[in-house]
Amino acid sequence: MAESFKIVENPEKPLSMHPKKFALWLFLVTIVMIFASLTSAYLVKKGDGNWRTVDLPSLFWVTSGIIVVSSAVLHIAYRAAKKDLIENVKWGLLITLVLGIAFTVGQFYSWGQLIDNNIYLVGGNPSESFVYLLSGFHLLHVVGGLIFGIVVTVNAFKYKVHSKSTTQIEMFATYWHFVGALWIYLFVFLMLNHQ
Amino acid sequence: MSTAEAKIAEEVGHDEHHEHHGNFFTNYIFSTDHKVIAKQFLITGIFWAMIGGALSVIFRMQLGFPESSLSWLKPILGQWITAEGKLDPEFYLALVTMHGTIMVFFVLTAGLSGTFSNFLIPLQIGARDMASGFMNMLSYWFFFASSVIMFISLFIETGPASGGWVIYPPLSALPQAMNGSGLGMSMWLVAMALFIVSTLLGGINYITTVINLRTKGLSFSKLPLTIWAFFLTAVIGLLSFPVLFSAALLLIMDRNFGTSFFLSDIYINGEALPNQGGSPVLFQHLFWFLGHPEVYIVLLPALGITSEVISTNARKPIFGYMAMVGSMIVIGFLSFIVWAHHMFVTGMNPFLGSVFTLLTLIIAVPSAIKVFNYITTLWGANIKLTPAMLFSIGLVSFFISGGLTGIFLGNSPVDIQLHDTYFVVAHFHLVMGSASFFGMLAGVYHWFPKMFGRMMNAKLGYIHFWLTFTGVYLVFFPLHYIGIAGFPRRYYSFTNFNAFNDFADLNMFVSVAAIITFVAQFIFVFNFFYSIWKGKLAPANPWGSNTLEWTTPRFPGHGNWPGEIPTVYRWPYDYSKPGAKEDFIPQHIPYSETPESNTPEENEKIKLESGNGDIEIKA
Ligand code: HEM
Ligand SMILES: [Cu+2]
Repeated sequence: MAESFKIVENPEKPLSMHPKKFALWLFLVTIVMIFASLTSAYLVKKGDGNWRTVDLPSLFWVTSGIIVVSSAVLHIAYRAAKKDLIENVKWGLLITLVLGIAFTVGQFYSWGQLIDNNIYLVGGNPSESFVYLLSGFHLLHVVGGLIFGIVVTVNAFKYKVHSKSTTQIEMFATYWHFVGALWIYLFVFLMLNHQ
Repeated sequence: MSTAEAKIAEEVGHDEHHEHHGNFFTNYIFSTDHKVIAKQFLITGIFWAMIGGALSVIFRMQLGFPESSLSWLKPILGQWITAEGKLDPEFYLALVTMHGTIMVFFVLTAGLSGTFSNFLIPLQIGARDMASGFMNMLSYWFFFASSVIMFISLFIETGPASGGWVIYPPLSALPQAMNGSGLGMSMWLVAMALFIVSTLLGGINYITTVINLRTKGLSFSKLPLTIWAFFLTAVIGLLSFPVLFSAALLLIMDRNFGTSFFLSDIYINGEALPNQGGSPVLFQHLFWFLGHPEVYIVLLPALGITSEVISTNARKPIFGYMAMVGSMIVIGFLSFIVWAHHMFVTGMNPFLGSVFTLLTLIIAVPSAIKVFNYITTLWGANIKLTPAMLFSIGLVSFFISGGLTGIFLGNSPVDIQLHDTYFVVAHFHLVMGSASFFGMLAGVYHWFPKMFGRMMNAKLGYIHFWLTFTGVYLVFFPLHYIGIAGFPRRYYSFTNFNAFNDFADLNMFVSVAAIITFVAQFIFVFNFFYSIWKGKLAPANPWGSNTLEWTTPRFPGHGNWPGEIPTVYRWPYDYSKPGAKEDFIPQHIPYSETPESNTPEENEKIKLESGNGDIEIKA
């Protein structure tokens, strides 16, 4: 193939965002659409009748608190990266990860509470399956975020996250705040519509 | 920190080094070059089109000649031909299901958007490649994996999915319902999940590229209509495919984990299933929320290609550029709020039905604007009837004849009669199937010289066009009558209904026309592959076209332009401009070089051009 030329950078692009960050936002749009459609399906099904009220697990309050705190900590880590406070970046990321894992474990315990109340994923009313489905599918996104977070944290420990290289931590923060907000939305949605 | 920077620089250098010395694998198989990926999509799409077409010929033989023996197909179909030489009725359902799935998703979504968005976006906006070549490559390979699974499902013992391309539960949700609802349905769902991932990866890339990587001077108002179409298609796909994913997710839960989202009160052989509380109509809502936008995902790229081809070969600016863009945006928006016109007979509230009727009929307005603009562009033009132009005009014809029946169907009282008859089949085969297929063929004929550096044979192109164009009308026009007569879709045979006997001849006629049309496609396939190696070498700009791709070398390498990327100064439709030396002025020609044809406002722009210090003014 042609090897004789150099790739020249475009001068003055009409509108430019970092392509990776932009692509991440588009990816978030697809997740929004998935959950928008699932929650719409929930409402349509509920409007259809034959609906059973589900008592939401009280642990959802705790996990919601955990995910909010983790977002705040991550924000601090991100600010620290911009100021080259590398130790704070490391600690911030580690705490975020630990809280993320706590959230994951917490969701499993929440499902345990549901089971104690005789509410199962399978065999009952769709209203019950929906609670598992929404929280479970959301948790999958959290786990994806945790993997991303581990990569960023490893890089932070290699001193690769600093004021001149914030793209990765910024993208992680965007994603993490997003899944946090998504959970709050789902929790509020379920509280408003579970009966 | 500086060591980190040095390390980064090293990494980047390494990457470049790697790309320049690609081997056969990195250049042709796992390539990240958008042109190669486009060709991969195209050839896979052609492969699928042949399979999808062959399936339709088989079921058309059953419909046209229900009494004849098909035992000669036994070597290919094996157990699907019964001992009496009949097509297995369940396999008939598998055939229509796979035909629909393959054509809608694998040919007209992946084959069309995948090929032309990939090929044309970087070339027409003046970019070296897509925003992420790697994601682009992944997009193809997800499609490939999806294709492999769907293809294998054709050969498994219980047969492929058979519940229609719309896979409505409960049929699709209960493996015991029919053979095709077993393993075949599972493979369908897995294949479609991979397909959705592929589409989303591609779409994210197209949107990012169009927004961020346009060359200097290329504002959105100077974008070729092809790019507008691909861009809007990608946006629609990004918003609708995730919803199909949700539908598939819930269906998989019902099938494999025993939930009851779509299931309630079902008895099989007198025995009640445990599932309670679900609603099969819920699935239809989710499916058609994707399904209707999907028809525009299929059609818009074809309309974009048509705009470009018609304007170029009419040697006239496209009529109503802004109206074209505006109507595509309006169509895209409306396509999300009309889905329930597929569900008029699901027992919906009649008031809701009339709301959806109203919204549906509004779509006719932007559609008519587009048709009007195509015709006005053609009106009084010095038309060059290249094969691509013929196919584009054919598209406009199908868009009109198929769109008109859409207006019938959009009215809920009429649709209640016509729903699930061959009238619907006729409608969407003209307006979506044939129109988009013609758009795809027009694109291939038009951009073949840029793809392969060679020309396709025009004579074979004409023969291919006339056979296909007449064939399509001979096949699908009679289906309107058959539909009005009450023939339901997806029936294996009508011989048991006396009322339908009068139409046996018509059905036979349709089947013969379908077979001839299918065989005619081999002219294209031959022309395509022959010309890749043996076609005449293409001139730099064979159609006298304005867009940037024709400023690249005959065989553009990685990076597309050997030197600097051209800057854009004007819109892409300066054809037959009064006063101009030639009947076209490409987008990269500055106004300062065309004083003879500039309008006073354009003369004003010359100052801005020179203000950039990019070009010298020639005295
Ligand atoms: C004036 C514009 C249009 C109107 C008012 C319209 C209306 C409709 C209606 C009401 C139906 C449902 C018929 C039924 O199932 O009973 C339908 C089916 C369909 N339309 Fe259209 N349509 C229009 C344009 C299009 C276009 C542009 C496409 C594709 C590019 C398209 C593709 C389809 C398909 C694929 C189906 C059938 C899906 C199936 O049941 O398998 N339509 N149309
Ligand atoms: Cu529709």
